[in-house]
This record gives sequence, structure tokens and C-alpha cells, in this order.
Amino acid sequence: MGRFVFKLPDVGEGTAEAEIVAWHVKVGDMVAEDAPLVDVMTDKATVEMTSPVAGKVVETHGAPGDMAPVGGAIAVFEVEGAGNAKAEAPLAPTRQTADPRANEVSHAAPAAASAPAATPARTSGGDFAFRLPDVGEGTAEAEIVAWHVKVGDVVAEDAPLVDVMTDKATVEMTSPVAGTIVALHGDVGAMAAVGGVLVEFATGSQNSAHPRGSGDPGRASSPPVQEAAAKPEPTAPAAKAWVPASTGMSGQKQAAVPSRAEGERPLASPAVRRRAEDLGVKLSYVAGTGPAGRITHEDLDAFLASGPSAAPAQAASSAYAVREGVDSVKVIGMRRAIARQMQEAKRRIPHFAYIEEVDMTEVERLRAHLNATHKDRPKLTVLPFIMRALVKVLPDYPQINARFDDEAGVVHRYRPVHFGVATQTPQGLIVPVVRHAEALDLWGSATAVIKAADVARSGKGSKDDLSGSTITITSLGPLGGIATTPVINHPEVAIIGPNKIVDRPVVIGGQVVVRKMMNLSSSFDHRVVDGFDAAEFIQRIKALLENPAALFID
Amino acid sequence: MSNTINTKLLILGGGPGGYVAGIRAGQLGIDTVLVEGDRVGGTCLIRGCIPSKALIHVASKFEGMAHAVGGSKDGIGLSAAPTLDMARTVAWKETVVDKLNGGVAALLKRQKVRVVNGWGRFTDAKTCVIETADGELTIKAETVLLAAGSVPAALPHIPFGGDVISSTEALSLPELPKRLVVIGAGYIGLELGSAFRKFGCEVTVVEALNRILPLYDDALTRPVKSWLEKAGVTLHLGAKAQAFENGELVVDKGGEILRLPADKLLVTVGRRPRTQGWGLEAMGLDMAGAFVKVNDRMETAMRGVYAIGDLVGEPMLEHKAAAQAHVAVENIAGQSRTFAPNAIAAVCFTEPEIVSCGLSPAEAEAQGIEVISAVFPFAANGRALSMEAGDGGGFTRVVARKSDHRVIGLQAVGQHVSELAGEFCMSVEMGAVLEDLAGTIHVHPTLSETVHEAALRALGHPIHI
Repeated sequence: MGRFVFKLPDVGEGTAEAEIVAWHVKVGDMVAEDAPLVDVMTDKATVEMTSPVAGKVVETHGAPGDMAPVGGAIAVFEVEGAGNAKAEAPLAPTRQTADPRANEVSHAAPAAASAPAATPARTSGGDFAFRLPDVGEGTAEAEIVAWHVKVGDVVAEDAPLVDVMTDKATVEMTSPVAGTIVALHGDVGAMAAVGGVLVEFATGSQNSAHPRGSGDPGRASSPPVQEAAAKPEPTAPAAKAWVPASTGMSGQKQAAVPSRAEGERPLASPAVRRRAEDLGVKLSYVAGTGPAGRITHEDLDAFLASGPSAAPAQAASSAYAVREGVDSVKVIGMRRAIARQMQEAKRRIPHFAYIEEVDMTEVERLRAHLNATHKDRPKLTVLPFIMRALVKVLPDYPQINARFDDEAGVVHRYRPVHFGVATQTPQGLIVPVVRHAEALDLWGSATAVIKAADVARSGKGSKDDLSGSTITITSLGPLGGIATTPVINHPEVAIIGPNKIVDRPVVIGGQVVVRKMMNLSSSFDHRVVDGFDAAEFIQRIKALLENPAALFID
Repeated sequence: MSNTINTKLLILGGGPGGYVAGIRAGQLGIDTVLVEGDRVGGTCLIRGCIPSKALIHVASKFEGMAHAVGGSKDGIGLSAAPTLDMARTVAWKETVVDKLNGGVAALLKRQKVRVVNGWGRFTDAKTCVIETADGELTIKAETVLLAAGSVPAALPHIPFGGDVISSTEALSLPELPKRLVVIGAGYIGLELGSAFRKFGCEVTVVEALNRILPLYDDALTRPVKSWLEKAGVTLHLGAKAQAFENGELVVDKGGEILRLPADKLLVTVGRRPRTQGWGLEAMGLDMAGAFVKVNDRMETAMRGVYAIGDLVGEPMLEHKAAAQAHVAVENIAGQSRTFAPNAIAAVCFTEPEIVSCGLSPAEAEAQGIEVISAVFPFAANGRALSMEAGDGGGFTRVVARKSDHRVIGLQAVGQHVSELAGEFCMSVEMGAVLEDLAGTIHVHPTLSETVHEAALRALGHPIHI
């Protein structure tokens, strides 16, 4: 029997790490070669990793939501034959001995099973994990501001390790042990979750048998006299520490928080407070049913009985019952990626929006005719016509079919047109790419759009399927509204958002007639696209769509 | 070669923070050494709360007798004026202090806490060198709890010494000063000033602000101010002490220069944390202003070093230090505790007394809380009337949040109101609502009925008013 260490392979150009989205296996599972192991997500794509070997899973590293560095071990197998790692040098003795349940409960405690071996040094065995302590009331994460150590450093106890910043303050974390740094988790600027492993040490001491650092995620440092002194009232086991930071899975229901003003302290008698402290329960997450929202022993019992998602005991039979509670959903995974991308786009790009109405009567007539006469081909929507119009006009406006590398100060103007097609999926917004739209006819475009949407919805897109667009189209179809102000898909410089087509009275030649009208919303990066050019660009598209024959004439 | 002892826990300071921590540590089985430079008990027991209360008690008794000379309205008459032997008063006060000091020492001993008498000085965060009567002793500790307390603040231009005294000396004067001038109309200055006035001294109080007892609102301090005026204490508000020369305090009162003759000049302009003289600078701790910085677990910036009491911030009160001692030691023992009280009440043993717990109506409004507030006067309370405590303008006040009636503040001014503190704190700490106070049967005839009536009044249906 041998050990086989599966390291996260390079999942895309320039990707240094990937987020673990879901495990398909758990410790103890027997897996066949090519069986799905884990889904990881990079900036662009979610990738399913399959097993390179057949064997028994003996370790998994990282819980959903954790970032795994490329090259870091994410799973260890017991295999027939030699494997690729020595059994007597287990990767993570700490976790194996510290918390045998770590993997079973990894969904509930991302901090328990941690991120990965980033360096060769770590394979020699980090035996002490320093976790980010609770750095302030209500703080779930802190930003890493500066590292004072690097891998390989030998540090003394109380030596500064890292500066982290919360909303309120920058705090210097000092080392609780003396030892050698074997791994650092998180670059400067990264957000570190409270309870998450920041630094791994090799202390070369009995710590491996007694890993103090992995015991209590909410504590800055283990009190030194704990062992000697704790005889009458032993420390509450960390497993009972129900703080939502350690249960914060995407979409998972959090504690129903009672109607308490932001920042207001929960109201409870000293006896209840003490009991909660002993249990490791934060009263801010417990609903109070007593007068003025006071938390009673019974409320605490109810919270314990139903776990972190306890709702206040309310007899709410009436349709007009007051609703209580807040579901705190951690923004991770796809949602975090979207949030970051949108924030980045809005922060960096000075948008301007331009909205024009387009008479789509002729396009609609042509579309109906083509769909009626080519039943053997994919049904055409309006989108291929708009794509066609864009493809025809864009060569005259190279600054619009572009990606702006604003850090380098270079606009890359593309000759091919790769359309990003904003697509709603169960995971959220994804923008798959239709490549070389200039080389596609109407039906080719229609087919490509359908294929792109399927790829996005399946969640199995490759990096190529999901990146490299030069301009994006966002259409909500029948939900299209009157006008939108779309957010540019950074680093592109323009986005086009057709709104819905409606019958509207229009004055033509002094007569009021009913025409199929559609607004065309668009946003541009004003740093590199002037308003005049953008307006002219949209007017050219309008002219083409109102005279669709021109779409097919050079 | 000095002696060295190793210990799990070293407590610096045997005041109400340190000795409570020592006892609690003993209960939890922690090997503990407590270092005290004077006597265990600290400022509170030895030279603060307790001796001053003893003195105030004697002063009030003396004043009552003085009033009875030639007959009084309650029928007591004395044919001659009472006399006072201040030396004996101070000696009696010392017996009270000794009793408490001995009691604390016995409690520490019972919990097997080693008390080292001597002045400690840290050479690093975990090592303390003690100058004892038997020579130098080095203590190496795994965990350190700092409870060094505070010292009276001095005025830079009127340093202590000679006839310029702090509260410490004021409590042990061998004889009464004929003329006592007090700088500072905070609670210490007024408590002691009032007591000396009751003893018959001429007392003048000089205060830089335009009001007395700045920690309490006007309604609460008004009865105190009127007693001071009635009792003949001269108050100079908005007056700045300039210098003490030739037995006279020079005071600038809005441009007017006063020269106040004083046999003793009592300076009570506050207290400051004792951060010097014991090697704090060698420990590498973070500070928060003048105080040692701690988090709500009472941990300093240095791992394994905790601090509590006056050293870590306002309010500088015995009961706060003791509560923090519990938090610190239980954390040291591996439990998980935070110091997060709803309120820390304060009592002022002036004439009459003031007690305040939680927020006043004005403080609540400043925080944007809409409140219901109601007062009940002692003039309508039978017990107050029956002990001549009804006509000093005393009252009890309740402050509750309008939205849910939660009691967020309780205050009172009047004779003996310090003993109402228990119900006040309990109500605020337990999160009582007005209906809880109103629904609790309060014993007749007691002053506590005023709490009940104030709550009823806040709810709109008082009985006795």
C-alpha cells in the first residue's frame, strides 16, 4: 500500500489558486480512477477534478469556500503500489490527530480542515496551526495588511507575525509559540476568516499531540496556565462553539437573529450570559422571547436544540404575523466572484449610459419570415440580428471592441469580435463567450448563443468558454424593461443591453402608426470611449436594424 | 544571589482587584503569588471607601448631637455641646480598617495564595523583582495579572506635602483643621468636605467647573448643593486654584482674585492610574491613553498578561475592579469570560447620598434613545418622612426605553439611598422592564417603595402622588 497525494493542478492561465466549491468524496470513500473528487472554481470557471488514481481517500484538505493554491495537496489516497508520497511523512499530522472528525464535519466547520500545503517545507510537517482569533465584536473576517514573517523563518514566542485590519483597527498578531514557519495562508490584501488558519508552524514539540492552536477558533491565545488550572470547570470544547463564522456556507441558513437594532447588545440576565459563554454561544445570534427581547434560559435551550438556525418560538399562525429574523448568507463562491467583478467594474470604470429607441418592425418581419421558412434550423431570436449589426459596425469603432488594461495604460483593440453573452444561471450571472462572431451567419450566431448558454448553465465551462470576450451583450428578453444601465464587463469598454420590444404609437410622415419599438441601452467606458463616438456607433446600429437588408450588404 | 520563585500566576497589587483575583484564583486551584507594597485591601479598604465611610458616619453622629444642643424638634436635648477627640476617631476608624485588612489576609491564606510584602518591579513581562524586608526576591510567572490601582492626582503647581494633603492624609488627621479648603467638587472632595463640615470645621470648596459633581445631572446634585449651602460650606464654582502661599490658597474666580486662608488644603482633583514605579515600561504593553490597554477578556497586548481595575480605565471603582478580577482569573483558568456589564453603578456619599445606575434621561437622549422617565419624591414616602429624610429634596428616578419599557437607568438622591443600589443594578443588569418593577411587591415601609412608585408613575398610574 502506498500514499498518493493529489495536488491541485494548474487550472488556467495565471491562476494561482482556486476556491473549493464542493467535495464529491469524503474520508474513507473508495474511489475509482476518473471518479469526480472535488469542484474548484477560479475567476472564470468551475472545474470538476477527477481522481487520477483508484484508492481510498484518507485526507481531504479545505472546506467549501476555502482557497486552495495551485500545487497544494488537496487530497491524499491510499493506493495499491507505491503511491507518490511516503506514508511515514503524513501531510497533516496535526489535523489527523487533532480532530478526527474534521473531515466529517468539514461542511460545518471550514476552519477545521484547512487549506493546503503551499510549500515543500510543509510536507515535513507543520504541527501547530495559528488561527485568526476573534479580533473584535462581530468581526467575521479581517484583512491581512502585512506579514512580518516568511516561510522558513524561525520565530520566538510573542514575535510579531502579521498585521490584520478590521473595520475598526489594525491589530498585530504575535506568535503563540516558538517554531519554524512552514506555511502562510493569505497574501497581503486577502481577507482572512476568523477561525481560519493563518500560519502553520513546526514547533518540534509535543504540540503535535496536543495542538493548542487548533482547539479554539475564537481565542487569541491559549492561556498558559490552562492545563494546570482548569480542574473545577473545564474549558468548553471548541466543537460546541457555535459562531456563524464557522458555519457560513453559501446559502445555508444562519441563526435567525431577533429584532435587535444594529450593534445593540443582546439583553440577557448575567446567568444566561455566563451559560452562553460556557457553551461558546454568541448571544447576538440567539433570539430573545422575553420582555424587551430578553434572552431567557428557554431561548438558549431552543437555540441549542435546533442548532444555529433556531428561530424564535413564535406562534405565527396568522397571515399577518410579524416576521422576525435575518438570514446571514456568507458571500462566497460564485457570488463572491460576481460581487468582486461588479465592484471592480463600477469602481474602476467611469460608466456613461446611452439609450436610443430602435424601430424593430422590419427586423421582426424578417425574423418571422425566416423562422417560418427555415423550420429545420434553429429558431432565430433578435439577438443574432443585433450581433450581426454590431459585427458590421465595430470595425469602424475599434476603440469600442476592446479591452482596457488600465494598470498598464494600454487599450487592446481586437479585430475579431468575441461576444460575451450575459447569462443567468442557478449559480448566478455568468458570461460565456461566442468567439469570432464576425465569421458566423445568423443561424451560426443563434447556435453559438444557445451553446454558450448551455455551457454556462451546466457550470462545466472551460476557461476558453468563459473568458476573452471583447464586448458584451446583456439581454433580459421579455423582462427587458424600458431601459437599463448595464455594468461593463471589466476590462471591456462597452456593453449593449437591448430592452424589450413593444408595440408603440409612432409618428411617421405625420401619421400615428403602430410600430414594434425597442430601446437599446448601452454603457461605455468614458476613459477610452467618447460620448460622440458612442452615440454615432449606436446610431449606426439603429440604422442597420431599421433597414435589415443592409445587414447583409457590404 | 537573590531568591527566585516560579509560579503560575503573579498578581501585582492587593487592592480590591488584586485580592479578589487572588481568592478566585485559589478557588480555581491556580498556584498564585500576590505582591503588595503596603497592606492587602488597597485604596478602598485602607485609605478610601471604607475609612471615609467610617469618618462620615462619625461626622453625621456628631452633627446630630450638635443639633440636639438645647433641644430639637424630635425631642432630644443635650445640655452641653458634644466634644470630639479626633485622635480617637481616627483610631476607631483604624480598627475597622484593621478588621477588614485582617479578613482579606485570612481569606487569601485560606485559598493558599502566597502574599509577598514588598515593592515589585517588572524586568520583563513575566519576571518581577520584589524588594522585601528580607532582601530581593525574583518571581517568574507564567501569567501575570496587573492590579496596580491608582493614585490621587496632584496639581502641578500645588504639589502634595505639608498642609497640602490628599484624601489619604485627610483620613488620618490627628486633629481637626479649623479651616479646610478643598480643591475639586467631585465626589471625594465633597464627601470629605461635608464630613469635616459636620465636625464643625470651616469648609470652602473650590471647583474649576461651574457645577458640583459633574458626573451626575443637575436634578441629582441639586439637593446636595442646597445642603452644602444650608450647612455653611462656601462654594466657589468656576474658580481656578492658582497657588498656595503663606497658608492661603490664591484663587482666580472669573478674574477676581480670592485669597482663602486654609489650615489644610485638600486636593481632590481626581485619580490617575498607577503606571509608574513598578516597571510597566519594561513589559511592552499597549496603552490606551493613560491606562493600560485591555480587551473585554482583560487581556493586555502581551500574551499571558492581564490587567484590571483602575489601571485599565474609568470608572475607577472598587466593584468594577472586583468584577474584572473574576473575568480575568476565570479566563486565566481556561474558561471563557468577557467583561460586558449593562451598567456599573456609582454611589456618592455626600449629604444627601446619590446613587446612579445606567443612563440618565439626558444621556439616553444623547444616544438617540426615546425614553420614559419618572421621578417619585421622598416627601411622599412614609419611611423617608419617619427618619427625617423627606425634606431634603430627595427622589428616585426611573428611565426606561419608550419602545419596550426596558429599564435602562435608575437614579436616586436622598438620605440612605446608597442601599437602593442593589435593586437598581439588578433591574438594569437583568434587563427588567417597567412592568417588572411595577409587578414586584416592594416592602412597606421602606425607601424601596419609591422605586415601585416611580415605575408606576412611568406607566401612568402611581398611587401616592
